[in-house]
Formats: sequence, structure tokens, C-alpha cells
Amino acid sequence: MPRAKVTFQDIDVSVTVPAGTRLIEVSEKVGAGIVYGCREGECCTCLTKIISGAENFAPPSILEDQVLKDNMAPRRHRLACQAQILGGEIVVMPA
Amino acid sequence: MAMGAAAITDDAVEIAPGVHWVGALDPHLRSFDIILKTANGTSYNAYVVRGENGVAVIDTVKENFSDDFFRRLESVASYDEITTIVLNHLEPDHSGALPELLRRAPRARVYLSTRAQMMLKALLKPSGEKPPAYIPVTTGDSVDLGGRTLSFLHTPYLHWPDTQCTYIEEDGILFTGDIFGCHFCDTRLFNDRVGDFRFSFEYYYAHIMRPFRAYVLDAVALIEPLALNLIAPAHGPILRHLPREYLHRYRELATPRLFNEARSEKTLLVFYLSAYGNTRRMAEAIAAGAERIAGVRVSLYDLEGGDSDIFTDLVEEADGLAFGSPTINADAVKPIWDLLSSLTSVNVKGKLGAAFGSYGWSGEAVRLIEDRLRGLKLRVPVDGLRIKLVPDTGELEQCCHLGESLARHLTGQSEHRELDMAILA
Repeated sequence: MPRAKVTFQDIDVSVTVPAGTRLIEVSEKVGAGIVYGCREGECCTCLTKIISGAENFAPPSILEDQVLKDNMAPRRHRLACQAQILGGEIVVMPA
Repeated sequence: MAMGAAAITDDAVEIAPGVHWVGALDPHLRSFDIILKTANGTSYNAYVVRGENGVAVIDTVKENFSDDFFRRLESVASYDEITTIVLNHLEPDHSGALPELLRRAPRARVYLSTRAQMMLKALLKPSGEKPPAYIPVTTGDSVDLGGRTLSFLHTPYLHWPDTQCTYIEEDGILFTGDIFGCHFCDTRLFNDRVGDFRFSFEYYYAHIMRPFRAYVLDAVALIEPLALNLIAPAHGPILRHLPREYLHRYRELATPRLFNEARSEKTLLVFYLSAYGNTRRMAEAIAAGAERIAGVRVSLYDLEGGDSDIFTDLVEEADGLAFGSPTINADAVKPIWDLLSSLTSVNVKGKLGAAFGSYGWSGEAVRLIEDRLRGLKLRVPVDGLRIKLVPDTGELEQCCHLGESLARHLTGQSEHRELDMAILA
């Protein structure tokens, strides 16, 4: 199975994960500072800044895209509860 | 409440020329949203603003008070005059009459904050109607009513993501939604006429606004430059006498009360309870370990000797929190849960959290506390420490290491770790 490496810059932890993992699954397990609200891509609480490797996520769904726009999220920001890791290396931090 | 019953009728009440209160009174309510006590009931304040080219309605009321709202509204405006509906906050006690208002005033365009859009759609679901024409607005946007301009201020999280304030520059009137409000029903309506409501104003801040203290300060900074003749909140007295005093009080309430001696350092609070001294020894070792790291100020508290309110104030200011509890009957002990349940009244999001404790049989307390800390949106990057009964020298050194590790996280000195998802619990 393809693997990816995600680094949570705020706690300086890198985790090797299987492709297809959502960011929320791994950030909660390592205790990163990304916080969650609805966990359904609606409240925007888990807005996350992608420092590098944004292209290694699956593109945002129509729902996520709309929520990002509604909340005036800057570029290179994703919802951790929605963002699905595809491979490569990614560095993130709480927005 | 019967006080000053003559002061109000079924009609609207003029609060400034061409500006009316059209809200509703709920004097017998004794608890609000389950969590707030309301000895004096509450009011749902809505307002009508008349311009030369149109009429604006600002907020509505709780649904079962709709008749009062519409009766008062009809006493000062006809539905075909309403061009503008402003929603400063979409919680149901302010948007309950909205679906019916939209039916009665089909010309109206709805102005709301950008973050309120999805809430509006969700609120209108039961009516089965298509959402109305709405315009998301933010600071700098305005609506011209003819001779009167409504300007919007983006003031989110007071106390929902959607909240905003609306200002009439020509009159110096600020409609604030829940901020500066309180649950205090008095038919005399205005702050210079109603009974003493100060306790309610501060109680409301403490229970509704305090978790969003940083946003309160942002909003206060946005409002302070405005000329203010009157603050019109969505609950409680209308603040026409010395409105700036209430703004000033909010700044005070949202600012730490005492000078913080450790403000240049990171602060770690270690709370514990201990039946036989074992969890206490762990706490002391964790504190000692954390103190080995420069730039961290550690405080140690025995929860048996204090109460949650005092500790809640401390937690609000702290950077890191560690909680120690023995396991009794497969659970953490009650004072720990009392403190952890009280933390919803302050903002702990993103603080560093950790748990530890001695146990005899099963030791569930530590994991249960960690789960609660995650639920409170703390980050818990260091695994908690469970020690069976009496900690020996090596185990106390483990406690020191835990303290060190927490201190390193607080000061940005944590060592880089490489993990595999497969080994994470």
C-alpha cells in the first residue's frame, strides 16, 4: 500500500501513514494542536495550514471547498477532518 | 415581572427617532439553554430602523413569542416597506420568527455574516422554503436605507461563529446581538430605568462570552473608536445611559485581573489528588522535572484544598495543564471531573494537556482524563503516566522525564519524533 509522511510542525512529530488516511485520524492520535468541532466538514474549526505538500492531498470536495470559501480561508488551507492524504511528504500546522 | 408594567404596551417602543424596539418579554423563564439561571426571566430584543428609502428589521425573537414581535412590528411598519432584514446572530431565540417574517416581507433582502450562511439554510429546513435572497457582509460593508446607513462589524464567536454587530453611524446606535446583553426582563427596558441588573450583565459575560475572551477583545477594539449614543443588545436592558461604561466593563472582564508574574515564561499547572500520597509524589516529580527546563514556571495544586472556580481562573491563563488522579472504582476521582467540567467556561483550546496517576488494580483514570482533555480540544502529545501503587526511584525519574517533556513542548524544544501510524493506539 502506498505510504505518506505527515509532519505536524507544532509538535515536531512525523508520522508515516497509509495512503487514504484523513488528516484528522492521525493528528488526534499524535496529539497535534489541530482542534475539531463537528468532524463533518461543516464548522471549519479544524482549519489547517498546509506548509508544504498541498498537492499530496486529494482535492477538496465541493462541500469542503464551499466551507473554505464561506469562511474566507486563505490559500493552502484545508479542513483536517476532510483532507485525505494520497502520498509523498506533507507538513502541516494549526491555522 | 410586574415592575414598571405601565412602561410598556403591546406597541413598539421608540428608542431613538425612527428606531423602535419590537422585541418580546419572557419574564417567567427561570433557566436559559438549560445552563443559565434567569431569576428575572429574559427579553428577546428586536429592532426596526426606518430610513427614507426603506425599513430594516434587526433580529427577531424566539418562535413562541412571534405574536408579540409581529404585533409590535406592525405598529410601526407595514410588511411591504421592509427592504432589509439584518441577522446579527442566528441562534433560535433570535431567529425563531424569521421564517414567518420572510413570508410576510417578501421584498426584504437578508444581511448576515459570511459564517451565518450555512446556519440560515439549516434553520429554514423545516419550513421547506427556498432560502431567501441573502447577502453575506463583513466589516466595511453597509446598506443605505436613505438618510440612515447600516454598517456591519465582523465580530465572530460572540458567542457563535456567525455573530456580527450593526451600527447606525448617523445616530451612534450599535445593535450588538448577544454581546453586552444579559438575561434580565424588566418592562422599563432602558438601563437608566430598570432595576439593578449588574449581576446579570456580569453573569452573562462569565457564562456566555468568557470562553471567547480573545474575540471579545477584538470586538471591543473594533467598537471603541465608534461614537456611541446607545447600545442595543439582543437580550436585557437597552444601554442608553453611559453606553461606553459597558464597553469599558467588557474590556475589564476580558482582561486578566492580576499582573502575571510569569508572563515572560511558559506556565505549567500541575493539579492532583492523592489518597495515599503516591499520586502526590508523582505530581511533585513531574513539577521538579519541568522546572529543569529554563523558561517554564511550574505551579502545583492539591485539588483537595481548593475549589473549581479558583482553579478555572488559573487554567484560563496557563499554557500547559497536567492532571493527576488515583483510580477509584475504575474512574478518576470527582474533584478532577468537577474541574474538568468547569473548563467549558474558559478557552482551553490548543493548550498542552497531560494526565498521570497511581493506581492499585486497573488504572483507568489516566486514559479517561486524556480523553476528556482531547474532548476539551487540548493537545495531548505526551502519553500519560500510570504507576502501580507506590512509585519507586526509577518511576519517579519517569515522572521527572514526563515533566521535562511537557516543558520542552511548551518551550518549543521537543525533540523531533518519527512514528508509524501502525504503532499509534
